[in-house]
Amino acid sequence: MYILFAVVSLTALGLALGFMLGAAARYFKVEDNPLVDEIEKMMPGSQCGQCGFPGCRPAAEALVAGKASATLCPPGGKALAEQLANKLSLEIDLAGVEDQAPMVARVSEATCIGCTRCFKVCPTDAIVGAPKQIHAVIADACIACGKCVEVCPTECLRMQPVKTTLRNWRWAKPQPAPAGA
Amino acid sequence: MVVPDIGALWRRRSKIRGGVHPEPRKESTADKPIVANFPLPERLYLPLQQHLGQPAEPVVRAGDKVLKGQLLAASRGAVSASVHASTSGTVAAIEDYPAPHPSGLPTATIVLEPDGDDRWVEEGAEIDPFGLTPDEICARVDRAGIVGLGGAAFPSALKLNLGWRSRIRTLILNGGECEPYLTCDDRLMRERAAEIIEGVRIMLHGLQCPTALIAIEDNKPEAYAAMRGAAKNHGRIEVVQVPSLYPMGWEKNLVTHLTGKEVPAGGRPTDVGVLLHNVATAYAVQQAVRYGRPLISRVVTVSGEAVESPRNVETPFGTLLSELLAFCGHRPERTARYVMGGPMMGDVLPHVQVPVVKRTSGILALTPEEVQATDARPCIRCGRCVSACPVGLLPLEMMTRIRAGQFDAAVSFGLRDCISCSSCSYVCPSRIPLVHYFKYASGELMARQEAQQKTERTNRLAEEKRRRLERAKQAAAQRKAQTAASEHAS
Repeated sequence: MYILFAVVSLTALGLALGFMLGAAARYFKVEDNPLVDEIEKMMPGSQCGQCGFPGCRPAAEALVAGKASATLCPPGGKALAEQLANKLSLEIDLAGVEDQAPMVARVSEATCIGCTRCFKVCPTDAIVGAPKQIHAVIADACIACGKCVEVCPTECLRMQPVKTTLRNWRWAKPQPAPAGA
Repeated sequence: MVVPDIGALWRRRSKIRGGVHPEPRKESTADKPIVANFPLPERLYLPLQQHLGQPAEPVVRAGDKVLKGQLLAASRGAVSASVHASTSGTVAAIEDYPAPHPSGLPTATIVLEPDGDDRWVEEGAEIDPFGLTPDEICARVDRAGIVGLGGAAFPSALKLNLGWRSRIRTLILNGGECEPYLTCDDRLMRERAAEIIEGVRIMLHGLQCPTALIAIEDNKPEAYAAMRGAAKNHGRIEVVQVPSLYPMGWEKNLVTHLTGKEVPAGGRPTDVGVLLHNVATAYAVQQAVRYGRPLISRVVTVSGEAVESPRNVETPFGTLLSELLAFCGHRPERTARYVMGGPMMGDVLPHVQVPVVKRTSGILALTPEEVQATDARPCIRCGRCVSACPVGLLPLEMMTRIRAGQFDAAVSFGLRDCISCSSCSYVCPSRIPLVHYFKYASGELMARQEAQQKTERTNRLAEEKRRRLERAKQAAAQRKAQTAASEHAS
């Protein structure tokens, strides 16, 4: 009988609080700069922290406030920098932005101890596994943020360049005509 | 006797825009019959992907004995084509092997060791193709693994099926062969005209389409005469001559020239009720539908000044290009460049230890004199590329934008409509590799699109993870509450 009371009362409490929170979120909402939302949408959204901000939203806020450069996001590369500069009407020098060679994390089966730390930190759930089982990376979902490499106690996770195949091979840029020739 | 083309009087013909007149260089192979007795090589390399779309899925394993024409890999997904054994033998391995591609990168390949018997898998009885329904014809073409043999390698069954569903009014058979050097379609039309015409009739039947036009460039009078002779008792099929001009064989050019209709930018000929197939594809369709024979070989033009006896060879798929070249007397020391396909749109290959695949229309071993490689010089804005472009683009403007990294500007100049026909690069007096720029830019745009998709996927995955953690937290809280409640009760 007590159990029933407890369950019913706690559920009711949860529901009531939930409704209150929901209503508060709707009616007491603080209006943000919509530009921040738009910029956050353009960002990878993996909260990897490589820009030095604690996530994509703080980075977007810093960008809008003019406290960060459009070239701040390494995973976004040149393409994102160009998009951000267009969005914010900034003049940027893209020459300095090196597009990173695409990387992907890989588990070395020989040293993985199945500690599960890596897949807990993975922002995109790209690592699968279970305690004391060898983990594996789903290459397609990996965004090469490097968080797993930091937490791995046996250094069995490493970043590797994505293998070039017939599907992702691209024509190289032609050599331009020599000046003054 | 060649009958004059009366149809030309009433058919509305539009003038073709742009185009170039490269030296044909077809005389070294055009008058020699197709060699049909090419000796079987010691090993055949059959890539799982010889077509546009998804690679085929292997249905055999290493060590399996297979017969000629047996299915080795089945088509998978919406756009795909199956791969069959070119001869009888043993599957030695399924492994990565260099692909006939400018990058020379490896791709999954079935390695077949011929046993020399060349024994066919049980051949189905010959059937009357005209008693079949369109669906059955599509199914037979699909089973035979036929793809467009003109060069694009689009699965033919899919094209027939789509064409049938979108009520095609005119079927155009492309016998233009406007690329220099290549004569494989020319020889096929001269020697196997009756089979091609039956293939066209099967396609017409499968498409439920009233008329077919077979377009042949006017530099192939023998092929034109042979095809006209074979088609004379079939009123629905008309053989027409088209002017020799590169790129006459581009599908939109042929449609405009023969029907007066213009295919919209970004559209397909089916949008104006026209479907195009290559003449060699028609031959393959006839073989598949009447005799149940899968596509396991094709006629390949072996040419170039570094080949001693250039000719057309009916080659089983999987034969290494090096062996085919050696068969025709190849002189490697004189070779400056290998090109698979024609010199205008073909692929420059880093080496020839790669197999003949379904889209291999030719292999050229070119000497330094033929290649005439020089460095690019600055653009002098002469505008010759503009007059040569068959699409009506401004290649020089697109090139300067791409060189400056302004891909969006290049797109606004019509980069996406470029067909990479190389007419602009051909006429450029400064020898600027314009098409190379366009291919590079298209690749970059593709990479950007993929990066964009990846960002969207990452956003979705990150959101999923957030929700999953929230759910887990809630579940944990509930469990805690329940445990607390039950402890309290006891």
